[in-house]
Amino acid sequence: MHALANPARFLRIAKPATGWCFAIGLVLAIAGVVGGLTLTPPDYLQGETVRIMYVHVPAAWLGMAGWAGIAAAALSQLVWRHPLAAVAGRAIAPCGAVFTAICLATGSIWGRPTWGTWWQWDGRLTSMLILFFLYLGYIALAAAESERSGDGRITAIFGLVGAINLPIIHYSVLWWRTLHQGQSISFSGSTIAPSILWPLPLTFFGFTLLFAAAVLMRMRGELARARVEARLRRASAE
Amino acid sequence: MNPWPFVIAAYAIALVATAGLLLASFVSMRRAEAKADSLRNRK
Repeated sequence: MHALANPARFLRIAKPATGWCFAIGLVLAIAGVVGGLTLTPPDYLQGETVRIMYVHVPAAWLGMAGWAGIAAAALSQLVWRHPLAAVAGRAIAPCGAVFTAICLATGSIWGRPTWGTWWQWDGRLTSMLILFFLYLGYIALAAAESERSGDGRITAIFGLVGAINLPIIHYSVLWWRTLHQGQSISFSGSTIAPSILWPLPLTFFGFTLLFAAAVLMRMRGELARARVEARLRRASAE
Repeated sequence: MNPWPFVIAAYAIALVATAGLLLASFVSMRRAEAKADSLRNRK
């Protein structure tokens, strides 16, 4: 990670990586969505609505992974003063917020025919909604800090403290057994039939690569804006 | 209850939001990089 501390070195890797992440991500996501909509059988209990899983699960993962990325960037900013850490945190936040919103919206749509309700103050749903508000708070704080030329320390501390919500989301289905189903996929295996499960890794990796492409594009944009600002400052000083 | 309107709505939201995020990120990056390049070339 320290090898990428130099923005010029980072850009040399990020420029080709953006295109590759986008192209491979798009192919995988399209294959997973088409497979999930047309090639898998309906679930014996949920019927056709089970197909929502192929977009809901990757969105939930990316909402949580996004905040884990923000926390890692915050730690690297506060401990090692990594020059790209704050840029990475600010680039991840809107992407994580969008995927958390997708997770909440698709979960609500899935809940109506499955549970008979759009929303319930269940442990998993509520902790995911809190994650969405944390993203909004982080984006607002980062914007306020950069407006008054702050070093981003307060935003980084907020990013670290907000990570407390991640284990709460993960274990919410075990701590509060209410409406949301328990964990059906783990490292040891899955309770989902293989005939239904197979498109999920495609959308999972596809959307993850598209998320990475969006983060890289936002980081490149931030670095270009910083270059413009530095050049204008130098020009006005001369 | 017909499940398809729910499935279609979920996919529409997910795909439109992802496409919107990617497009906004791309446009913002292209504008910033074009501005940085034009300033560098002006020197």
